Amino acid sequence: MIRYLLEKEFRQIRRNRFLPRMILAFPLMVLLVFPGAASFEVRNIRLTVVDQDKSPNSRRLVDKAVSSGFFLLSRMSADYAQALDMVERDRADMILEIPRHFERDLVREQRASVRLSANGVNAVKAGVGSAYLTSILADYSRDFSHYGTSLAHVEVVPRFRFNPTLNYIVFMVPALMVMVLTMLCGFLPALNIVGEKEAGTMEQMNVTPVPRFLFIFSKLLPYWLMGFVVLTLCFGAAWLFYGLLPVGNLGVIYLFAALYVLTISGFGLVISNHSRTVQQAMFVMYFVVILLIIMSGLFTPVQSMPPWARALTMLNPLKYLMEVMRMVYLRGSGVADMVTHLTALAGFALFFNTWAVLSYRKTG
Amino acid sequence: MKQPAETVTVRHLRKSHGNTLALRDVSFQARAGEICGLIGPDGAGKTTLLRILATLLVPDSGQASIEGLDVVKDYRAIRSRVGYMPGRFSLYQDLTVEENLHFFATLFGTSVQENYELIKDIYSQIEPFRKRRAGALSGGMKQKLALSCALIHQPSVLLLDEPTTGVDAVSRKEFWGMLGRLKLQGLTILVSTPYMDEAGQCDQISLISEGEILRIGTPVEIVRSFRKPLWNARGDDMHRLLLNLREHPAVEACYAFGGNHHLTLRDDSLTPAELSAYLSDRGHAGIRIAEAVPGVEDCYMELLRTPQQTLL
Repeated sequence: MIRYLLEKEFRQIRRNRFLPRMILAFPLMVLLVFPGAASFEVRNIRLTVVDQDKSPNSRRLVDKAVSSGFFLLSRMSADYAQALDMVERDRADMILEIPRHFERDLVREQRASVRLSANGVNAVKAGVGSAYLTSILADYSRDFSHYGTSLAHVEVVPRFRFNPTLNYIVFMVPALMVMVLTMLCGFLPALNIVGEKEAGTMEQMNVTPVPRFLFIFSKLLPYWLMGFVVLTLCFGAAWLFYGLLPVGNLGVIYLFAALYVLTISGFGLVISNHSRTVQQAMFVMYFVVILLIIMSGLFTPVQSMPPWARALTMLNPLKYLMEVMRMVYLRGSGVADMVTHLTALAGFALFFNTWAVLSYRKTG
Repeated sequence: MKQPAETVTVRHLRKSHGNTLALRDVSFQARAGEICGLIGPDGAGKTTLLRILATLLVPDSGQASIEGLDVVKDYRAIRSRVGYMPGRFSLYQDLTVEENLHFFATLFGTSVQENYELIKDIYSQIEPFRKRRAGALSGGMKQKLALSCALIHQPSVLLLDEPTTGVDAVSRKEFWGMLGRLKLQGLTILVSTPYMDEAGQCDQISLISEGEILRIGTPVEIVRSFRKPLWNARGDDMHRLLLNLREHPAVEACYAFGGNHHLTLRDDSLTPAELSAYLSDRGHAGIRIAEAVPGVEDCYMELLRTPQQTLL
């Protein structure tokens, strides 16, 4: 009997004009477009310089900043007021003011000050821009002191383990795969079930001898299969487009992904049991997925959240798989390193599926 | 094959949805090979009753059984003996006519070929469109497909929830014709309808209002139980006529009935001529009053007015 149910399910998916395209387009969008566009790397910061010293050394500082590649010299300004005016008219993002006697102070007293101002409207740009410029200044002063004095120097060179170049893509792509799984295996089957409820076909199914659990299972299975096919495609795409291969074992990812898929489809079922229309289900899912993503560490690291938020992320299944993905991809962790994640995901899977079964009984 | 005389038995059924009582103490029986009509307006509890019989709802109290099987305990066995057609078209709109039929046949562990005889009469009418998606069918064709799907596993009892609501007059007539032929094949058919004029097509009717059965009987019995004088009245100003008729002391009730008003009288003391004169005094013109033959709707209205008569 399950064969006929599955046959019908696949036939409906194939016949749906929108769904198969979305199943293909969505992971491609997520993997090819998002990492390029949604980057934290800030480039092309427009810098205006007020150089009141006009010395070789001040010019060298400006050159150094511009040649870093992060800044675009938008114009030299005559004074600070003019520079500020440029910021106000959105012609510049940052101001570097080099005071008179910059070179003289630097040579005589081994110290000189400059003024950095950044437009705080775009906080990310301002923060990252000033950090870049500060490090350029530090670098500059180091260069200068090399031939100025023989002052002993302690140099701090941060080295990033597991992702030496701090490549953003390497960091994002594995996490984005989790989103693909969430949408495909959690939300699509749930919406499909609510759709049957809304169309009344659920009732027609309920008067047949088909056991309800078999019916629900026939709804989930196609999406699980698709989820794994798409996950495999994602691995391929990551390797093909970004040369990204997991340091660890792919099998480990599949194991955790399987647990996650159980969790998220169980969660989807809970929502579908409690909603009467597709619209209701959509809205609840939309709300929940945004919450899950923000609290997952996809964009903002969990470690930098306040304690209460960090405690909340413990309840977020998305967070665990995302960490697993990154750990396997970047660090090559094995199952033994991620026992917490394994138990957490297994616990979630059990919890949501039990809830789904209970709420199904109640509404049925 | 000899079937028990009572195919469907319902005893003291009660069901409430939240705070509203959908069924209060409903009892009736349907005999094998009969068309049994559940007649009443929207919200009378017809759908709830049919859904309980289709094993989709569990009653709060009371029993219902189909061919001796309890709808709660033996729901699995009942599902293969009952064909249910909900009020709303609820087949897969994105599957074709043929696919829908085959799908439901396989779910019941049978095939279209095996039971083709039973549905031939109905299905042959939509067979030319078998490659068309169910969603693209016209209303009448959808209804035929739904009936075919409800019959494909050869049920002995057919539950139809308002199959003729929203269907044109010609299709309605055609549909009752199909039911009549199915009855001849030995099916017991429970059909709900808000249309009183369809009552005559049934072997037995149950008049339902607000979760209670007001009266059960054959259409002839029901109509015969109407013993009060019933008149038909028309006039130029129908609305004012209704109000004035209701004011007359000898008139028990008056209600719009198609293009006329039907009025029942308290006794035989009044004559049509006297009533006509009474109306002329109140400025009515074009008055025509005649005795009318009571129909099921008149009985229904009468029963609604006198709830003490439900004890029949």
